[in-house]
Amino acid sequence: MSGTFIGMPAFSPPTLPAFSPPTLPAFPTAAKEAVRNPTLRRNLRYATHTIRAKRAAAVSELDDWAALREAGRQIKDHTLRHLDRYLLQLEESVTAAGGVVHWAADADEANRIVTGLVKATGESEVVKVKSMATQEIGLNEALAAEGIHAYETDLAELIVQLGRDRPSHILVPAIHRNRGEIRDIFTHEMSEWGRPAPEGLSDTPAELAEAARLHLREKFLRAKVGISGANFMVAETGTLAVFESEGNGRMCLTLPETLISVVGIEKLVPTWRDLEVFLQTLPRSSTAERMNPYTSMWTGTTDDDGPRTFHLVLLDNGRTDTLADRVGRQALRCIRCSACLNVCPVYERAGGHAYGSVYPGPIGAILSPQLRGTASDIDASLPYASSLCGACYEVCPVAIDIPEVLVHLRERVVEGGPAVRQGAKVTLRPARGHAAERAAMRAARWTFRHPGALRAGQRLASGTRRLVPRTLPGPGRAWSATRDLPKLPPEPFREWWRRTHRPGGQAPADRQEDQR
Amino acid sequence: MRVALFLTCVNDTLYPDTGRAVVKLLTRLGVEVDFPMAQTCCGQAHYNTGYRHQAEPLARHFSDVFKDYEAIVTPSGSCAAMVRELYPRLGDRARAEGRGTALAEQLAPIVPRTHELTEFLVDVLGVTDVGAYFPHTVTYHPTCHGLRALGLGDRPRRLLSAVRGLDLVELPGAEECCGFGGTFAVKNSDVSAAMGTDKVRNAESTGAEVLCAADNSCLMHIGGTMARLRTTVRPVHIAEILASTEEEPLT
Ligand code: SF4
Repeated sequence: MSGTFIGMPAFSPPTLPAFSPPTLPAFPTAAKEAVRNPTLRRNLRYATHTIRAKRAAAVSELDDWAALREAGRQIKDHTLRHLDRYLLQLEESVTAAGGVVHWAADADEANRIVTGLVKATGESEVVKVKSMATQEIGLNEALAAEGIHAYETDLAELIVQLGRDRPSHILVPAIHRNRGEIRDIFTHEMSEWGRPAPEGLSDTPAELAEAARLHLREKFLRAKVGISGANFMVAETGTLAVFESEGNGRMCLTLPETLISVVGIEKLVPTWRDLEVFLQTLPRSSTAERMNPYTSMWTGTTDDDGPRTFHLVLLDNGRTDTLADRVGRQALRCIRCSACLNVCPVYERAGGHAYGSVYPGPIGAILSPQLRGTASDIDASLPYASSLCGACYEVCPVAIDIPEVLVHLRERVVEGGPAVRQGAKVTLRPARGHAAERAAMRAARWTFRHPGALRAGQRLASGTRRLVPRTLPGPGRAWSATRDLPKLPPEPFREWWRRTHRPGGQAPADRQEDQR
Repeated sequence: MRVALFLTCVNDTLYPDTGRAVVKLLTRLGVEVDFPMAQTCCGQAHYNTGYRHQAEPLARHFSDVFKDYEAIVTPSGSCAAMVRELYPRLGDRARAEGRGTALAEQLAPIVPRTHELTEFLVDVLGVTDVGAYFPHTVTYHPTCHGLRALGLGDRPRRLLSAVRGLDLVELPGAEECCGFGGTFAVKNSDVSAAMGTDKVRNAESTGAEVLCAADNSCLMHIGGTMARLRTTVRPVHIAEILASTEEEPLT
């Protein structure tokens, strides 16, 4: 979904590297900068808390929310279980309705297909509806390399594009930008891309929106090719649906002669009846609206109305690999509502860019390491970018147990093990940098299997407790830089119990246990 | 009823006062409490850090130690959630990995018998007024596992409200995580510290003398942050408040 967003009060964001995993720092490093930027913190806090409260109110209006959530989960699970069948059905119905279906195994193939289709029209400009899938594959960059300009028409995406920036939120990609900056970006950059910003543009939301409207209108009326994603695809009729708030989507989907939609294969539902569930859960979870202002649906092509040519590019790009994983596959249920971002205490403080992907927040932390693998520093660190507080799972309208998947992916990082990559079964090696932790975990397990050893350790600690400092050197600083350590007690509980509850200090069963 | 106290490794080692408080409280309510000396750790840290296979022997050990008790009570929301929510998952995953049903079968009986302290008081013993006295202003932080995994709901608040002399004040942003999260506190220390600071500032804003929670792991993080920020609020486990009486007040 897309929502209208017109910026926060002033601050300067850092300049950001592109989302190319091998070059990106691990999450904690990237998050550190955001945490130390008080204005960014304040802005994100304000924005997430506002939408969080609105969503809660919109959801609480429905008595049958729990049932809708469960229905959404089941529809998606059923579709994923029979994805092969429904995809073929979709291809048949799209073709029957006059569309052309293309299959793309990865980002390169999808970019090649789309670039080829645009070039075949002879056009060098396209207008775009906000689409996560095209950002995931880096389509704009691929088109630019072939001399084709792609114009983003969603207001926030326009801000991101004109500012040569990266999105930091699924729903409100420019959540990190404030109104003053948006005014500056419009004033300096619009003329380079088309109609310049009006003279003396102020930073009021109404003036900024009007400037964008005038700038974009020119593009809509001129464009011969539109590129979109889709929120849903209905297998039985070959219908695609886009949910949005600004009406730019409606323009891109109806005005151009050629429409190319790039859609992840998991966006499928079998029937129109299934759509009914998500028509209720998506807007409420996303923009906290009962219904989104624009829901556009199209089925192939129609004579004398809308695009004459329609291409559907079905994108895999790691989705089939993800589907092969028993625990991780639930991430494919995601309908990109962004509710999990808005409730996440980590996202609120780290910001979207730290996640190093077009998918930030909790869903990004489980999606990126599955779609891209866990080889890079950023992808191997994402499963740890959570305190496992469970707020994301609680609000997710398709009940994705994000903490469960995070822990599962942590296991993949530290232990390696079986996975599917590019359709082939592989055995992953444990990630680098976890050797000390692994040894500590083994040692702890051994101690905990031997209560006598635990007791000995506790007694040693208590005996030397006056020597234990309240802060730690080396890696321990990660704790003690901001927190005191608890004082060690004079004796652990079990010593007290032994002294006070057992005549002679020890029961026979325990003595036996201690000698193991 | 044979009731075992599962104190948890953190409380045993660092917070024996909480253990003594649970024993005192349950004894006062007429429950005969045992502390099986062979108990150690539920395996939560292993599991949540990605070492599920290392958590399995600890879960089996837990079952060996506690299997003969009718009820197992623990003053830790996250350890109770480990047993109740994640032990069944350990069994499922072992089965899915072709290792048979032995682990699932061994762990199944102890799962429903494991109770977090406030659950045990309200649901099993059926009491909310435990006869406690604590003449202080208290604000309550519902920890994430207690809130979302166990669904403790208003049980802790009902127990606190019945304590004589206690003035319970609402904590702003109560349902937000304090930022502990086990190894998260170290692996993502900057974000964790920021979350902890916000929690402490919220607690300060209530004017309460005491921040109460039902999990010492979170209180260790919050308390450590409080000490560093030199706040006047002090962290206290709910068991210690409920154990406090006019004759033997918590100091
Ligand atoms: S994971 Fe759930 S809550 Fe998060 S964006 Fe996807 S559907 Fe929404």
